Amino acid sequence: MAVSPATTLDTERLRADFAVFDELVNGKPVAYLDSASSTQKPRQVLDAMREFYEHSYANVHRGVYTLAERATEGYEGAREKVRAYINAPSNREVIFTRSATEALNLIAYSWGLENLGPGDVVVITELEHHANFVPWQYIASKTGAQFAHIPIDDYGELQLDALDEIATRGNIKVVANNLVSNTLGTINPVEKLAVWAHDHGAIMVVDAAQAAPHRHIDVQALGCDFLAFSSHKVCGPSGVGALWGKRELLDAMQPFNFGGEMIRSVSLERTSWNELPYKFEAGTPAIAEAYGFGIALDYVSEVGLDAIEAHERDLVGHAMASLGEIPGLRIFGPPADRRTGIVSFEVANVHPHDVAQILNWEGIAVRAGHHCTQPLMTRLGVAATTRASFYLYSTHEEIDRLVAGLLKVKETFGA
Amino acid sequence: MSELEQMYREVILDHYKNPRGHGAIEGAHAHAEGQNPLCGDEVSIFVRFGDDGETIDDVGFEGRGCAISQAATSMLTEMVKGRKAADVAALPKEDLLEEIGIPLTPIRLKCAILGLGVLKVALHRAKGTPLPAEWQGLADDLTI
Repeated sequence: MAVSPATTLDTERLRADFAVFDELVNGKPVAYLDSASSTQKPRQVLDAMREFYEHSYANVHRGVYTLAERATEGYEGAREKVRAYINAPSNREVIFTRSATEALNLIAYSWGLENLGPGDVVVITELEHHANFVPWQYIASKTGAQFAHIPIDDYGELQLDALDEIATRGNIKVVANNLVSNTLGTINPVEKLAVWAHDHGAIMVVDAAQAAPHRHIDVQALGCDFLAFSSHKVCGPSGVGALWGKRELLDAMQPFNFGGEMIRSVSLERTSWNELPYKFEAGTPAIAEAYGFGIALDYVSEVGLDAIEAHERDLVGHAMASLGEIPGLRIFGPPADRRTGIVSFEVANVHPHDVAQILNWEGIAVRAGHHCTQPLMTRLGVAATTRASFYLYSTHEEIDRLVAGLLKVKETFGA
Repeated sequence: MSELEQMYREVILDHYKNPRGHGAIEGAHAHAEGQNPLCGDEVSIFVRFGDDGETIDDVGFEGRGCAISQAATSMLTEMVKGRKAADVAALPKEDLLEEIGIPLTPIRLKCAILGLGVLKVALHRAKGTPLPAEWQGLADDLTI
């Protein structure tokens, strides 16, 4: 096997930031290989959130007292960190949501209900996460729009040849795609899709939940109109996500939720909406979580996205080479150089749930299931896969333990 | 090898690899299918009643899924054959779990009782036997 390329990550030092790695599972140190689902949290984020609660907490925006000012500063500071992280032109275009899922629902409802109708076509892909699939399927059916998909080839890569035929079906109004597939790790050609979408007068919606933790995101370079991602996959707390959208689109949209904060004035006769981004932030937001999200983006940026990407490429190369040597194991998706740190596979004649259960006996945490991508599972001809996924704290040793665990799975099942 | 692993190997794998009552039944009197949305496991169950229209004469299943879901359904077919529909409709899940005999986490519990739920739905549809609230979700099929 080739010598691994040097990466600039000091994994040993980084792991010391994550108390969870001291945890024993079934008497063994936990090997956490489920970061595509959610990442572990460094103490820098946890400490900052605790400090925020202890010294700077109150509700945001409406208070005139010092604690409310501090809380608002922390919350709005996080918005600026999100803006910088994705190179958005303005922080008025950055909306805090409950999750990437809620951000995508916001677009589907607020933009889709007003702008879609019979004769229009919504285009998604065969490897979309349900969060960027089901909202569009629902809104398309509500509005009478068609729901078309871009198929994938046997490597799990989008077949852009299909676009010409899709264009003949009607007015292309939305193209929605994940920048990185959460099941296969495929890095999708979103820039190309954005150009195609705009050539046809459509908007480009990018689900970056699986991309933002692992590579530089630049909404202007991507050329998209909307982009969503979540905190909990980038070392931040769960319960908060972000939506970026082009100002002219956000300005023309109706709110998604109604209530406090999102109004300018309310009377018995009529209500007018607040300015961006508050028009889309009804109710008390996840204040400390948004603050923690910002700290997490600082943490990841300090580690360095180039170094994280190189580290994951090294890990995924090692994993695919080692797993590939196990007889009866089939890896799905593209070659290592065209994916992020995600490897989905099947062990012949053993269901992924059983694989994951036996690996858990060895302290190894992997995901087993359809990964919220049932249309993709159908395309691959399986009900479910086992998925190992890596992040900045993952090591070669953990992958070697995975390989040993899989040999034990095969032994147990006589497979 | 731990005791748990030993039991997994002996009890579950035996039924998983050599499922009893496997296969669809032609002209079944009761039929239902269900999925576990967590993992995509699927089970279809077919029942044929005896001349009294109450006794389960034959029961078969088809499905794909983990060893627990398929082995538990296999064990279930052995448990219910020859019993009355009303008895099986009232069969507590604990009886099946006792038969399986290994401790299960909450997630795996859903795998283990999938077949039982599908059977209860099949009996409910064919015979109008009561379907407790716990199982009603399996019978619903709301779509866009």
